[in-house]
Amino acid sequence: MAKNAVITHPESLKRPAGPSEYAKDPVNASLTKADKIALYTKMARVRHFEQRCIRTYQQGKIGGFLHLYVGQEAVAAGTISLLGKFDHIITGYRDHAHGLLVGMNMKECMAELTGKVTGCSKGKGGSMHYFAPDKNYWGGHGIVGGQAPLGTGLAYAVKYRGQKGSCLTYMGDGAINQGAVHEAYNLAALWDLPIIFVIENNGYSMGTSQERSTAHPGCLAKRAEGYNMAWDVVNGHDVYEVRAKTAIALKRAHEESKPTILEIFTYRYFGHSMSDPDKTYRDKEEVKGYRETKDPVFLFEKELLNEGVLTKELVESINAAAMEEADAAAAFADESPEPTVADITKHIYWEEDNRGPKTTSRGTIIFE
Amino acid sequence: MAVISYREALRAAMREELKRDENVVIMGEEVAQFNGAYKVTEGLLKEFGPKRVVDTPISEAGFIGLGIGASMLGIRPVMELMFWSFSYVAFDQVVNNAGNIRYMSGGLINCPIVIRGPANGGTNVGATHSHTPEAILASHPGIKVVCPATPYDAKGLMKAAIRDNDPVYVMENTILYNDKGEVPDEDYIVPIGVADIKREGTDLTIVAHGRAVITSLKAAEILEKEHGVSVEVVDLRSIRPLDEETILASVRKTHRALLVEENKPFCGVDAQIAYLIQARAFDELDAPIGRVSSIDAPQIYSKKLEDLQLPYPARVVEAALKILA
Repeated sequence: MAKNAVITHPESLKRPAGPSEYAKDPVNASLTKADKIALYTKMARVRHFEQRCIRTYQQGKIGGFLHLYVGQEAVAAGTISLLGKFDHIITGYRDHAHGLLVGMNMKECMAELTGKVTGCSKGKGGSMHYFAPDKNYWGGHGIVGGQAPLGTGLAYAVKYRGQKGSCLTYMGDGAINQGAVHEAYNLAALWDLPIIFVIENNGYSMGTSQERSTAHPGCLAKRAEGYNMAWDVVNGHDVYEVRAKTAIALKRAHEESKPTILEIFTYRYFGHSMSDPDKTYRDKEEVKGYRETKDPVFLFEKELLNEGVLTKELVESINAAAMEEADAAAAFADESPEPTVADITKHIYWEEDNRGPKTTSRGTIIFE
Repeated sequence: MAVISYREALRAAMREELKRDENVVIMGEEVAQFNGAYKVTEGLLKEFGPKRVVDTPISEAGFIGLGIGASMLGIRPVMELMFWSFSYVAFDQVVNNAGNIRYMSGGLINCPIVIRGPANGGTNVGATHSHTPEAILASHPGIKVVCPATPYDAKGLMKAAIRDNDPVYVMENTILYNDKGEVPDEDYIVPIGVADIKREGTDLTIVAHGRAVITSLKAAEILEKEHGVSVEVVDLRSIRPLDEETILASVRKTHRALLVEENKPFCGVDAQIAYLIQARAFDELDAPIGRVSSIDAPQIYSKKLEDLQLPYPARVVEAALKILA
């Protein structure tokens, strides 16, 4: 196997985790105490939601796939915390965090996992297909890399309308070898689209390490140079750094209408999905090491304790509330009704669901 | 009423819709500066400028996916595929994303995209450029597929497709691009899902779509002149939605059915039509349903043989006489 260049890690990742070097970055310094507490609370909510999902899955209530975000919280929380009215997001199948962070509630998210009609997609999408277009969240997509051209299209639409906005298009490190992603890169750079491709690099494309899957010139983001696109590497364990570097890319999108690739180094604590026994491709010690030294939620907690923003009591009450909210969501999902057989053939066509004087098409569209 | 070509009819539809709705964007390989690989979009760049008429790189998965994403935000992209055969490199976008997004989001997201281009054999370009994927695509709930056979239908269906809030895939035919026909000067649409009786008759119903309609009309002419048979030709125009009632009404009148399409026979559109007729008009039939499709092989390059591989009037006549015997 050809040797890759030495990985270009963000500077901060080369040192043991300590106080964030980005705390004083203007984008973070401008945060109020309440903003910081809110950001921490959001990260804690994501973690407790995901951990509650494990229990629901083990109870046999979640079918299909369940890809957890535990360990990666700072990536979605940091990036999404900067977005405005005309900024959109789209991601792959590890999509719960993004949903919660744009403001979806735990109840609709949990009910979707258990396939209930009260779910955000009415039980038709499942874990990989959360959507909240009213909150600029365009999913939740199951096919690796398939969302990259869609994100490029969202950015195209923003530019077409002359809005000062962007589309953050998330993907895992495994997605970047898909042709569709490269086609999206080319179009984004060729047409100067306001897009940020966020590579959430957790080191493994399912059970295949980056070293065994990907030829690269030092890091995955650097492939941007082949498209004459800006790029950066980010320590995804530090939410302040995520915010600081995303803010630069966002400014590039808003003010110059130019794309960026951000490779955010992160780590997932659980298997690729719940059906991955996580025994063959990585060392238990590796996981333990990340949990103990680079945990994004604990690092931010520590940061805010040091800043005097959080207190031990506040941390406890925030986490207790998040757990309670997740439990309530699970209870809501339990109590919610299943969709009916009649629901199977709804939401296929706009036209079928909106029959009236304005609909012109006729004929049989759903077949027996 | 002007007499214009199928190509001009398509162009007129796009031109009128570009004028009517600022969200309409034409996009595809060679559609702008080159004036269209088949000149369907000729002159549109000059008239509407590069914001509305956009050349893409050869990158079908990328630009079709981009169009789908833009349509989710309310842009109405009309995407040209130089050949529908090229949709195969964008299949994930065409099927998984455009076809499923509304369903998987529980109806929260619409995808008002049009993808258009030729889908036909008979042009001596070999198997990879001669696919007719209407049956493959129409088999996916969430997608609409239309196949105009005449300039009137080409314009009316294209305008309906652009105004439609669901993904509509328009399958054209390069052999028909120069065909001429009457097209009204005033604004009109052909509603999607309505078949058209292109020729009335009493002895046999031929159901066809796309260029097979033209072939069937020629066969019907021969059948009448040389065999004294009165043939009714039903042009489906739309594959999904499907106008089942018009097909059934015609079969109930003639009691005999011949299904003609340029697809290969296995799982073709006509397999579904044959099922429909036997399920809902079995007792009306005086003879087994007949089919004429392309000969079941990858499209052959040889021009002479390709013309024989596709349905042609004499084959249709022969199959009709068998049913009428």
